[in-house]
Amino acid sequence: MSNHPTTPNQIRLSRRRFLQVLAGTAGALVVGIRMADAADAPLPLALLGDSFYDLGVYVRIDADGNVLIGARDPDTGTGVATSLPRIIADELDADWNRVSVVPLGLGVTDNNGQPRWTYGRQVGGSGGSIPAAWNDLRQVGATARWLLLQAAARRLGVPANKLRCEAGTVIAPDGRRFTYGNLAADASKIALPTTAPPLKDAANYQLIGKPAGDVDAREIVTGLTRYAIDEHYGDALVAVLVHCPWSDGTLAHIDDTDTLAVKGVVKVVRLRPEPGQPLGSTVIAPAVAVLAEDTWSALQGREKLKLEWKPGASGSESSYVLEQQAGALLAGKTDPTTRVRNDGDVDAAGRKAARRLDATYYQPWLAHATAEPMNCLVKLDKDRASLVVPTQAPQKAWAVVQRLTGLSPAQIDIRVPRVGGGYGRRLDHDYVAEAVMLARAVDKPVRLLWTRGQDFGHDYYRSGSVHQLSATLDRKRQLTGWNQRMASASALTRRNMPDNRLWTSELHADQLPAALVPNYRSDWYALDSVIPRGPMRGMPHLSNAFAVESFIDEIANSMKEDPLVTRLRMLGAPRELPLSAGGTLDTGRLANVLKLVTDRIEWKNWLHSVNGLGIACWHVDGAYVAHAIEVAMQGQKLVIQRVVCAADVGRVINPLGLEGQLAGATLDALSTALNLAITFKDGQIQQHNYKDYPLASMAQLPNAVEVIVVPADDRPPAGASFLAMPTAAPALANAVFRASAVRVRRLPLMKELLRML
Amino acid sequence: MAPVQAQAVPVTTDSSIVPEKVRDGIDLQINGEHYRHTGDPQMPLLWYLRDVLRLTGTKYGGERGENGADLVLLDGKAVSAITQPLAKLADRQIVTVEGLAGNDGSLHPMQQAFVDEDAIGCGYCTPGWLIAAVDLLRRKPHPGDDDIDQLPNLCRCGCQTRVRRAIKRVAAGKAGQP
Repeated sequence: MSNHPTTPNQIRLSRRRFLQVLAGTAGALVVGIRMADAADAPLPLALLGDSFYDLGVYVRIDADGNVLIGARDPDTGTGVATSLPRIIADELDADWNRVSVVPLGLGVTDNNGQPRWTYGRQVGGSGGSIPAAWNDLRQVGATARWLLLQAAARRLGVPANKLRCEAGTVIAPDGRRFTYGNLAADASKIALPTTAPPLKDAANYQLIGKPAGDVDAREIVTGLTRYAIDEHYGDALVAVLVHCPWSDGTLAHIDDTDTLAVKGVVKVVRLRPEPGQPLGSTVIAPAVAVLAEDTWSALQGREKLKLEWKPGASGSESSYVLEQQAGALLAGKTDPTTRVRNDGDVDAAGRKAARRLDATYYQPWLAHATAEPMNCLVKLDKDRASLVVPTQAPQKAWAVVQRLTGLSPAQIDIRVPRVGGGYGRRLDHDYVAEAVMLARAVDKPVRLLWTRGQDFGHDYYRSGSVHQLSATLDRKRQLTGWNQRMASASALTRRNMPDNRLWTSELHADQLPAALVPNYRSDWYALDSVIPRGPMRGMPHLSNAFAVESFIDEIANSMKEDPLVTRLRMLGAPRELPLSAGGTLDTGRLANVLKLVTDRIEWKNWLHSVNGLGIACWHVDGAYVAHAIEVAMQGQKLVIQRVVCAADVGRVINPLGLEGQLAGATLDALSTALNLAITFKDGQIQQHNYKDYPLASMAQLPNAVEVIVVPADDRPPAGASFLAMPTAAPALANAVFRASAVRVRRLPLMKELLRML
Repeated sequence: MAPVQAQAVPVTTDSSIVPEKVRDGIDLQINGEHYRHTGDPQMPLLWYLRDVLRLTGTKYGGERGENGADLVLLDGKAVSAITQPLAKLADRQIVTVEGLAGNDGSLHPMQQAFVDEDAIGCGYCTPGWLIAAVDLLRRKPHPGDDDIDQLPNLCRCGCQTRVRRAIKRVAAGKAGQP
């Protein structure tokens, strides 16, 4: 709770958030949002779709007119380093060509031994960045603009409301003009009004809604962008690891004689993380590290290690057996672990039904497969830890370092450069813990590098799942009942989550067709496994949309009906239905994206096309998406000929960035659905490289993704980073069914299709 | 062992002057600069670039360069840097992503087209795509979709359709145009 009074250089935005104005050095004006709270609650996992409302952005206007905007959230490729600063810049009427975006490191100060997060929560890649930022970022920009206008008004002796702003300049009615740089020093001395200055009328937006390329593009294409893996301290040792194949196993024997004989190798260190440390209850596999003066020496040394590992309890686990267990659970009469939703009376609806359909869908375990492998650079001094970390959640990384070092909050300095892919993997910080333990063991800075095999073999995976669906219809083909039972191993097990919330990573209470069917039941059955799990991009929508949207296609097919007609009848008249998680389902907006994709792909040919056409739709936190996909079977070869994606995300900040996100997520989802599965046997992951876990090649993917964005400027922006993932796989499977008459109920699709053809 | 940095000696920036050969060294030409490597001749080019020269644009992809993030041009042809021991590279022309732009900072048409098409996800694999695309256009100045399909690169962010557009833009001579 805040005890900070509002002062003339602050405006209170909410209980905890204040706009703050500072005079920077050399005549700069700085406006930012300051957090009042001392300690923050633990970070919610991105997979829960939480909106992170606390911001720590700032804008600095220098005397030379250059504008510096801090980007608070790590950019993992979602474009937030471009889109968020443009929101500020628009309200400010800044000249975008003079804006530089600076990634902020972790903002933390010491508040009686507790961390005070100076920038609020900092989380990237969760799809929540823009919705969380929308109001506060505009307020920061508007406040800076207001101050500059006041400064100009005083200097000119003209009321501020007679002045206007344009591209970094204040212009008087008589044509006199001052650049922002010229006004910055004066503006920083002006007291803020008691209430926040008004925001721009949306009709006057200059940047919001206009396409903008990635702010880092030039540095990226010239190879100059430095990711964490590219950073270095002069005397840092390179560390490479051999992990125990079992996360709960132990080292039985080690012979490092030959390793230590390799030129450049400095030391071999055993890592034995204790349970409960340093990631709380999250598992870290034991490992042996080779530390050397350079990467090549370290890798050669690792080749020469002679190790024997002993399995723990997970040594007998297999993904095959786990799936059998799931099947048995769902076939039996056991009560579910959690009844997630229960509307009306599904059993009664079943007794009265004219038609009933059942189907079971299977989804594999998945890995994150980030392009930049896990790595971390750390330098430990007596009273300071300096790290460069590829992370989506620097505050969680901070907590790991703090537990291991015992340093006070502000003694931990975490820098977060652009991140080479996150997808949820970098919400866990096992690699940070390893780097810190190693730096302590050798008393030198350490640059830890995971090689590709470790990335695949020691992930926090998405669990495989079995979805048993059952639907009933009346004589008028109206859906009367829906019963969904799902079994999976929760991503939240062993993460301090109460048992009655473990389902939240696996199912969404409001997922289609919830709210559309009077009798709707959704049950979750817990599996357990020692194989570690964690957040994954698109979770829990990815697995459920495949099952639900495939099943709706099967329902249409069973009635010999156009699946578009079936879907539109299910959605009914345009209306807003309340959702259990808050917000609404707008059936009109959902029907609209379906119509857009079907018009574009010429759906009227769906039955007669020699190719197969398939559709699917979904909604995620107030955003709506649909896919239409056209495929052709050329013998055993599947060719994805056309992909259309339509999305309604409310107001669009950066149409070019949004198109990239939607097309990119579509391709990611297709790649995942076509090829990808993690399996384990005797407790060991069986995929170790891209050959075993084959992300789709250029040839397997469509040549283009046609993206349609619904104009919806009257609504606040919704998150879009993974929005296009859930519907791609079911639209593909539905298209494959039309092209081949094979109904694929098990992913990955290619393997199952070839088995059934 | 001496610090690895000692192995990186830019002998000269003038390519007309050939440095005098010394015993046990490997003469390398990288982005038009001459270097002499006196360490382990089996060191893969990738680690030489990243650890010794600190040219970090070429990224680690996998033990066999499986995702294409570590591609460089070797005598104009795209090869995975981790598969190339320095012993094989004496006096051959190596170009990394840092060497694609002109000395005046002007972007290579392919770099410009990637910017034009915003053909970037997280950006980690982008240097590898650029090298593969430059190599493709050297072999096929007007590639068809089937030719573009042969690129070896992988990307989870899903930049493939935008990369395809960028390559076609360069082939059509439209890099840098609206």
